[in-house]
Formats: sequence, structure tokens, C-alpha cells
Amino acid sequence: MTNKVAIIGIGATQFRSISPDVSYKELMYEAAVKAYEDAGIDPRRDVDTFVTCAEDYIEGTSIFDEYVPDQLGAALKQMHTITGDGLHGIAAAWLQIMTGKFDVAVVEAHSKASNILTPDGVEVCAQDPVFTRPLQLNNLFIAGLEMNRFLKRFGLTTEHCAAVVKKNRYNALDNPIAGRAAKLADEDFRTAPMVAFPLTELDIAHPVDGAVVVVLASERWLQKKQVNCSKPVFLTGMGWCNGSYNLESRDWERQDFVTRAADMAYRYAGIKCPAEEIDFAEIDDTYSYKELQNLLDLRLVGDAELKHWVESGRTGLKGSLPVNSSGGALGMGYLYEGTGLARLYWAVQELRGEAGKNQLPKSRTALVQSWRGLPTASAAVAILTV
Amino acid sequence: MGNRVAIVGAGMTKFVRRAQETGQELAFYATKAALDSCGMKLDQIDGVVLGSAPDTFDGVHMKGEYLSPGAGAWGKPYMRCYVGGGTGVFSVAHGWYHVASGVFDTCLVVCEEKMSSFQPHPQGAFLTIFDHTTERPLKPNLLWIFALEMNRYMNTYGLRKEDIARVAVKNKNNAIDHPAAQLGGKVTLDDILNSEVLAWPVQRLDVSPVSDGAVALVLANESIARRVTDKPVWIEGVGWALDTAYWTNRDLCYPRYVEEAARMAYKMAGITDPRHQIHIAEPYDPFDYKELHHMEGLLLCGRGEAPQLTLDGVTQRDGELPVCPSGGLLGVGNPIAAAGLMKVAELFWQLRGEAGKRQVARKAKRGVAQAWGDLMQVGAVVVVGI
Repeated sequence: MTNKVAIIGIGATQFRSISPDVSYKELMYEAAVKAYEDAGIDPRRDVDTFVTCAEDYIEGTSIFDEYVPDQLGAALKQMHTITGDGLHGIAAAWLQIMTGKFDVAVVEAHSKASNILTPDGVEVCAQDPVFTRPLQLNNLFIAGLEMNRFLKRFGLTTEHCAAVVKKNRYNALDNPIAGRAAKLADEDFRTAPMVAFPLTELDIAHPVDGAVVVVLASERWLQKKQVNCSKPVFLTGMGWCNGSYNLESRDWERQDFVTRAADMAYRYAGIKCPAEEIDFAEIDDTYSYKELQNLLDLRLVGDAELKHWVESGRTGLKGSLPVNSSGGALGMGYLYEGTGLARLYWAVQELRGEAGKNQLPKSRTALVQSWRGLPTASAAVAILTV
Repeated sequence: MGNRVAIVGAGMTKFVRRAQETGQELAFYATKAALDSCGMKLDQIDGVVLGSAPDTFDGVHMKGEYLSPGAGAWGKPYMRCYVGGGTGVFSVAHGWYHVASGVFDTCLVVCEEKMSSFQPHPQGAFLTIFDHTTERPLKPNLLWIFALEMNRYMNTYGLRKEDIARVAVKNKNNAIDHPAAQLGGKVTLDDILNSEVLAWPVQRLDVSPVSDGAVALVLANESIARRVTDKPVWIEGVGWALDTAYWTNRDLCYPRYVEEAARMAYKMAGITDPRHQIHIAEPYDPFDYKELHHMEGLLLCGRGEAPQLTLDGVTQRDGELPVCPSGGLLGVGNPIAAAGLMKVAELFWQLRGEAGKRQVARKAKRGVAQAWGDLMQVGAVVVVGI
């Protein structure tokens, strides 16, 4: 008997900058129907536990979990909310299945960003009400500060960040659900509006609307039920961690919480040398420099190698460690709590060999990572294998 | 199947109307008290889970992150869960699956609510829990919808107001002996029946107060539990269920979601006859009729029978089935998520024989705690035993 956990179904909507034709409930429903169909399950009959990832202020509704069960087929069933990125929800489902008391779990996360009239006002409310909120710090301003510090520390320039943006948004051209695909030229970066030096408009993953649903099951259940899932993807390791909440006591060069989350995931997956054992990665790129920072903190690249890696295209589709072949959040769009699930969604497609023109030749072990965005210091990491 | 999980330590702050401490400080005091109670240090804690909802009370977006320093979550795997008012009891299930999965050896469960931050009154925050299109424009008030439910309950079973008010008398008097209580006091049936009418049949003393407070528990797997204490209290079963958001289509006289949650917890705990196998109960009592509602949903008696048990004194501290010996939310106070966890903490102290003046007369070996919330749609149940 084993508690090995597999991802057996995925579903997602198109990611769009606006979606006035559908409500958040309809987005969730569409993604759920696709995921259940993909897994070959009936939510009322087969699913033991449901998780949604949401934040009240983003939803504009308090205690948002109230409005989730109906669209997922979860009414009168085991359902709860995790206020974290979708990957935190995957961790919650993973733990539940590992107890041996649950066999099939569903995780949902979504964004209806176009409904948020005052995103800056919401973000300010996430800062400490006593110490930092009176300063009314804008998240993009904080990102600019961090970008400056990071680039200086590792001898990088804005050109290295532009290379990340170009790569990701170009990759997104062949991702059918991506909402921010583009082929950018150097000229575009020279004329991009400056937001908070050195962060430009192009360095930011802009919000989109969309939903992602993932179905997980225990290997034992899969063997017993023999459901129509020909390509299970195994979740061999999970890790998550919280760093310092306070901006003023945070390390602005390194993200220790990302490293700790990754080390936990590596430990469970039995990965000793991540740079060699990971075939491709889907990691957080909420801001262009974050992809570079995360590569270091996930221990996929050494400090001294990073500059050379970016310049030589090692993270491109044909590189030795393709990163964000989906287009990342820069190319697909930022999905708030759903951002990590969007990364996971694509990683599963790559591992199944269903990634179309962006299919990677070597795709047996993937790393997926999320960060909740400023001002938080919380990250989650998943290792997937086939 | 799953590792055995024990509660080894508990701590709580005093429940008060307007705490001078910040939410982080409340979380810190409860966490420290829980760790001190079992002689453990933060270094020995593998992961932290937090329950708190909704964000509007504290006025902080991403409240989980905000409370993380107080909950001792720096550099640790940390996750916040919620199911509205059911959060306090559900968070124990959240912590349980962390440890039962075998991924964590120890886990801190922290619940905090600071309702006084919302000015002028947290009732305003509750407006945002209703559907933004169909219900919110009517500016509903929680007291009104609970008055609907209470009316329905009284009407269905032909109950009089005094049949219900006895619960408030019992609980508020029980709370006199709780050192952390906000509202304990000698009250009579007449006091309740003559108090101000808020929304008939709900009167002022039928309702729990608005509170600030925090509670924390330390969970551990069997080997650690046996090392740190000679009186571990085992989590024998957990259950939760979330009903549809369309509460208007439901029969309000019976909490089916509580029954579903209870059946799940009882099955896990091997309980077939709850009325005789449960020795002490802490059902959720934000309103006096809810204790009766929930006793029925928990299958501790038949439908419509709970008022008679109360009249017969069965639910008194020296009765055959003590119910809310802590004083419940009506007496100890109602900082939403923390109030639910207070109930599990009470069972922990009662089963260990450490409840002081509140100690029930009957030798209790197993107890059940339950919480409820969202749009009258969630049940969370925990069964603990020695």
C-alpha cells in the first residue's frame, strides 16, 4: 500500500485581460468541467475533498469559500479555503491524501482581476497597519527597490531582465490559453514606460482573468478504480515556507523562504542535485528579475553562473534547463492565487507530452514554484515526475 | 492508516471587547502559552497553521501573512485556512492532516480574531459576506437572518422563547468560572427574556458578544506526544462539510451540513452511538438556539429534542452530557475563529482534568467540538479522546 499522489486531471479557461461575458463562478465551472473530464471522474461520486485558494480582499467578498462549492460540485462535501497561492492548495490536498483517509482531491484557484477597481488600495492593505501602511508604499515601488538591489548584487543589468521578458512572452505565443503573448524587440524595451526605476511596464506580469482546476488522486485509488487516466503525473515532493513579513527585516538580495521551500520539496522527491535532476522548471516571474532571483534561490543555478546562463540562452526552449516554456506569468498573465496553478497546469502538459509546439524533448522531472507577490514572503515548490 | 495525532499543549488569551494588543501580539501570547504549557520551544515545531476569517475584521489583506510573525511561522511551512465561522474547529483538522500525513512531526495551530479593529462595529463587515448581486443590495444584517432561522426552529417544534433562553442562562453562568471569559455572569431566565429585542425572536442576551482574542494548540505525532506529556489528548476524528451558497433554498430548522461533518468525524473515530459514546460536548453557540440546533446536527439527540434535554438539566456541568461547560461563545466570548479553537482547548483541559472550577462532574473520556459559519452552510467537527 502506498500513499503516492498523482495529478490525474487538469482544466483551465482562457486567460484574458477582461471577461465581462462571464462571472467568476462561470470561470470556475468551465475549468472544473474540463478537469473532471480530463480525469474521467464525477465530482459528486468520486471526490473526497476540495480546496480553493482565495483572498477576501481580492474577491471583494468576505469569507469567500461560501461561494465555491456549487460550481465545483462540492455542496455538502469536504471543502475549505487556503489563503495562499494555488500551490499551497496543492500542498493541502497532498497532505490530505497522504493521511490515507482521502483518495481524490480537487484544487481550484482563479482570478477575476478585471473586477478589482482599486488594486493599489487592496495591496496597501496587505502592509503592516502600524509600521508600513502609513507610508502608502506601492507594490511596484517596492519591486523597483528590490530589483535595483538584486541587479547590483549579482552584476546584472536591465538587459538581462529584458531577455527574460522576451523569452517568456515569445514562448506564450504557442500556449493556447496565454493572455499576454508577444514578440518583443529591443526597441520596445527602450521605449517602455518607466514605473519605478529600473522596473518598466514590460517587467511586470499584468493581471488577467481565468481559472485553473487540478484533480489529484492516490496511486492506490488509481490502481483500484482503473479510471481513464492514461498519463498520471506524480507529485513526488512538496515544500512551502514563510519568510519575514516585515519589509524592513527582509533580505533584499536572497529569498531564504524560497530556498527552504525548495529544500523541503527536494528532500521528499529524493533530489540531491537539482540543477542536474530537474529537466525543466515553471517558476515565478511576477516581475522579470524574479525569474532570475528564483533560479538562484531554488539552487538551480550557482551565483557565479547566472549571468552567463541568461546570456547564453540556457533557460530557453532549446537550452539545458528550459524555464517557463509556458510563457510564465509574464506571457500567460498574472492570475493572483491561480498563478502557481497556471505554472503547474503547463508543467503537467509538458510531462504528458501535450505541450504542442513548445513541447520539450526532455521532460520527465519538473519543478514548479510560486510566490504570492508583494508584500509577502511565502513560496511553494512542487516536484512532478512521470 | 495515517499517523495518530495528539494535542499536547493549549493556550489562550483573555477574550475582551477591545484588546490593546495588535493581532500579531494576540497570536503571539496564545502561541507562547501553548508552547509553555507543554514545555516545548518553537524550534521543535515543524509547521504552523493559522485560522482566521474574514480579513475585514482586522482590516488587513493577506491576514495570514500579517499574523505569521506572531504565530511563530518565520522560516517554517505555514498555511492559513478558513471556512468562515467554522474555522476554529476546522483549523484542528488542518493541523491534523499535517501530522497524520507523516510529513510533519509537530504542528502549531493558531487562531486569532480581532473584531474591534472594524469601526464602528464588525456587523458592517458581515454585509460583505452576502452575494454581491442578489443579497448585498438589500443590506442584510446577520441578526435578521438568524432571527429567520430561530423562528423556523421554534415554529417547527412548537418551542417557546424560554425553551431556548435556558441555554444562554446555562452558558453565561458556566463562564463565571472561566478565567479568560469576557461575559460570564449570573443571569436568570428573566434577564434573558426581558433583554432588548434586536430582531424578534433574537434578544440581546440570546447573542454572543463581539470579541478580540487568540487560542493556540500544539499537535504532535504519537512518539513525540508520549515524550512531552503523560496526558496526550488524541484527535480521534475530524469532519467538515460545506453546503451550497444558496441558503435561501434550505430548510433552516436542521443543520444538515453539521450532520455530514459529524458523520465523517464519527466514522473516523469509530463512534456508532454518539449519544452514549460522547461524554462532553462543545457545540458552537453564537446564539442560544444554535447550541440546540447543533446538538441535533451532532446526533447527540433526535430532531427537536435538544430543548427538553436542556430543561432536564442533562446538559449542565454536572449533568449526564455536559454541553459547553466552558461557557461557550455566549459566555466566554466570540472572536470568530479563536472561539472555535477555544472549544477544542476546553475539551483538552476537561479530558486531562485540568479545567479547575469548570471541571465536569462526569468522568469524561471523549468529547466533541463543533463550529459553524459562512452563510449558515458549514459544519466543522473534531472528536478528541484520552
